[in-house]
Amino acid sequence: MAQSQALEVQEKKELVSKEEKTVPVRYFVPTTDIFETEDALTVVMEVPGVDREAVDISVENDVLRVEAKIDPSKYDGMEPLYTEYNVGHFARSFTLSNKIDQQQISAQLQDGVLTLTLKKVKEAIPRRIAIG
Amino acid sequence: MPMLFDPFEHLQQFQRALDAFRASGWLGSGPSAGGAYPPLNIFRKGDDIVIIIEVPGVRKSDFDIKVERNTLRIAGSKTVEYGDKAAAHRRERLAGRFDRAITLPIEIDADKIKAECRDGILALYLPRAERDKPKSITVQ
Repeated sequence: MAQSQALEVQEKKELVSKEEKTVPVRYFVPTTDIFETEDALTVVMEVPGVDREAVDISVENDVLRVEAKIDPSKYDGMEPLYTEYNVGHFARSFTLSNKIDQQQISAQLQDGVLTLTLKKVKEAIPRRIAIG
Repeated sequence: MPMLFDPFEHLQQFQRALDAFRASGWLGSGPSAGGAYPPLNIFRKGDDIVIIIEVPGVRKSDFDIKVERNTLRIAGSKTVEYGDKAAAHRRERLAGRFDRAITLPIEIDADKIKAECRDGILALYLPRAERDKPKSITVQ
């Protein structure tokens, strides 16, 4: 397993999309790890401050789109004094290969980390060949 | 004409406010200057201070938070583990230990500090010490 880099501040990357939005609210790109095991592809995204109900996962035209919204009303009555990071919704899209069974995508959210498990189609799971 | 509450406007204004305070000198030029992990946002709610920190993937038990007079020390470790059988396609998440100390320019009541960790957000509620609160002076 590769060594993790030392922990340092990762400035939030802002989402730059091809289509312009009608409202100038800033969306950010969640830090993502993607790794592959024998039977599935796992996508792990950091989305702190997002509630279970505020995650929207959709697949359309082989594109997996994840949108995770934060609740700005939690900050009501709070005046900023000193800030080091900005806060906003998260969105990221990935093109899925035909190895993925689009009907079998599951997701879990814990401690602000969203884990998407994309199971591979049976044909894409490697088969062991026994020597007779 | 009644003002309609526009949720986007609300978030947009909030984002602008956060940006405006990036260069704030509130925390002073002491050793607590920004740049260390985890990045934090400090808010005022009434008389009290609220510190919000984004720590996705860090569990409650991984924190070690100490307070001494008006210095707050936030330490802990962030683990990112995927097991042996995984082949990485993309690695962006960082992991490791963190240890950050911040000295606040106001006095806080250490006995009444509350810390909550939920959905990867650590929120610290620091009530201001009674003797530090400004007192109104009536003019005779």
